[in-house]
This record gives sequence, structure tokens and C-alpha cells, in this order.
Amino acid sequence: MDASAIAFYIFAAITVVASLGVVGQRNPMYSVMLLITSFGALAGLYVLLDAPFTAVTQIIIYAGAIMVLFLFVVMLLNVPREEPAPSGVLAALGPRGMQAATVLSLVLGLEIVWALSKVNRGWFAQDAAATSVSSVTLIGTTLFTRHAFAFEATSILILVAMVGAVVIARRER
Amino acid sequence: MIPLNHYLILSAILFAIGTTGVFLRRNLITMLLSVEIMLNAVNLTFVAVGRYLGTVDGQIITFFVMTVAAAEAAVGLALVISLFRHRETLNPDAFSSLKW
Repeated sequence: MDASAIAFYIFAAITVVASLGVVGQRNPMYSVMLLITSFGALAGLYVLLDAPFTAVTQIIIYAGAIMVLFLFVVMLLNVPREEPAPSGVLAALGPRGMQAATVLSLVLGLEIVWALSKVNRGWFAQDAAATSVSSVTLIGTTLFTRHAFAFEATSILILVAMVGAVVIARRER
Repeated sequence: MIPLNHYLILSAILFAIGTTGVFLRRNLITMLLSVEIMLNAVNLTFVAVGRYLGTVDGQIITFFVMTVAAAEAAVGLALVISLFRHRETLNPDAFSSLKW
């Protein structure tokens, strides 16, 4: 097992454990912190995939901007924890609907894992030996030529979201 | 080099964890965080498949997903603040005035 494989398993374990913590944690503040950990490990995985640009945007945009927004709202609303669930694992799942949801999401998880593990490696002609494309120049050129329309549409989306967020969160008098 | 399947299975596990969070948690903020986990699982798939195809498109789609996630977080959190102001709770079961 070479170094990159070890790094992959370490990062994968951190991501999965931190994500489980996000879902299992009752205090939203800890949830946000664990999610930042998870995103950091994901950035490590992107580096392993020869995508340093994506790794850096992951850190700057996700861990830096979006998570700070979440943290800001958690602090602003000041609701330390949701109402305590009754003790015991099954009782904590609450009414029957919650149990059904647990079973359904477990089935969904098994289904996706099964389906994705059947992905045929032959579909990817250049597998393993694929030429590494980590050049930021190439990303920029492709983004501003082939995907120029989508890029401009995104800027309008951001503008609309910004105005919408201000209008929705404003205190009406 | 790690086989592509490992990345796909990892992202499947992450996606399932996110789905579980949306189903099980009764806190709007944690539910939004779970949606972020799901978005990141999909991002990982895009980057991994793009890497193994030898194209840059996976990373570009990831870039767009991040932008949409930022917009979604901004509007979603504004809604959360506005809802909290009306009901003083984050439990989604409390917001049922449109149900009959």
C-alpha cells in the first residue's frame, strides 16, 4: 500500500466519521465545526485526485464562507440544542415515521453503494493512466469559453439570491 | 493509484449520511447542513470521474455546484431566521400553518 492509498483511507475515514458526527450531534454549533472538519478532509481527497484548484475553492468557499454563514446564524439564533429525545436508541427514533425514515435511508445507502460498486472500469477508457489535468489555466480557459453562458447565469443567480436573502431576513415593521 | 470505485463508494456513503440527516433530524439548521453533506458527496463524484476520464469538466461542474450551494445557504438561512422570528423554534414540525 503506497502513501496515496494510506492518505486516501485516512481522509475518507475523517470525512465519514465527521459527517456521522454532524448528523448525530444535538448541538448545532458542534455540527458546524464537525462539518468544517469533514470539508477539510474532502479538500485532501481533491488534492489526491490532482484537483488542487477544487481543493482550494473547497476550503475558501465552503469552509471559509458558507460555514461561517451557518456559524453566524447558529450564534444569532442562540438555540444551543434541539428538544431532548427520550433515552434509548429505538425510543430516540421517536414515532413510527422516524423508524421508517431510518430504515429507508439505510436501504438507500446500501442501494447507492451497490450500484456504484458495479461501475464498470471499462467505461473509462483512460482509467488509472489518465493524463492528469490539474492546470488552473486549463480550468479558466474552459470555464470562460465553453461554459461562459453558465458562468454568467451563475452571477445572475448569486445576485438574485443575495437580494432575496436580504428581503426575506429583513424585519418587517 | 486508488481505483475509481473507492471514491464512488465513499461518496455514496456520504450521500446516504446526508439523507439520513435530512430524514431524522428535527432542527432546520442541521437539516441544511445535511444537504451540504449531500452536495459534497456529489462534488466528490464529479471530481473523481472527471479525473479518471482525464477531463477538466468535473472540476468545472463542482465549481458551479459550490456557487449554487452558496446561494442556497444564503436564502435558506434567511428563511430560517425569518421562521425563527415567527415561531421561536427551529423544529420543522412547528411550521405547519399551510397544512390542513
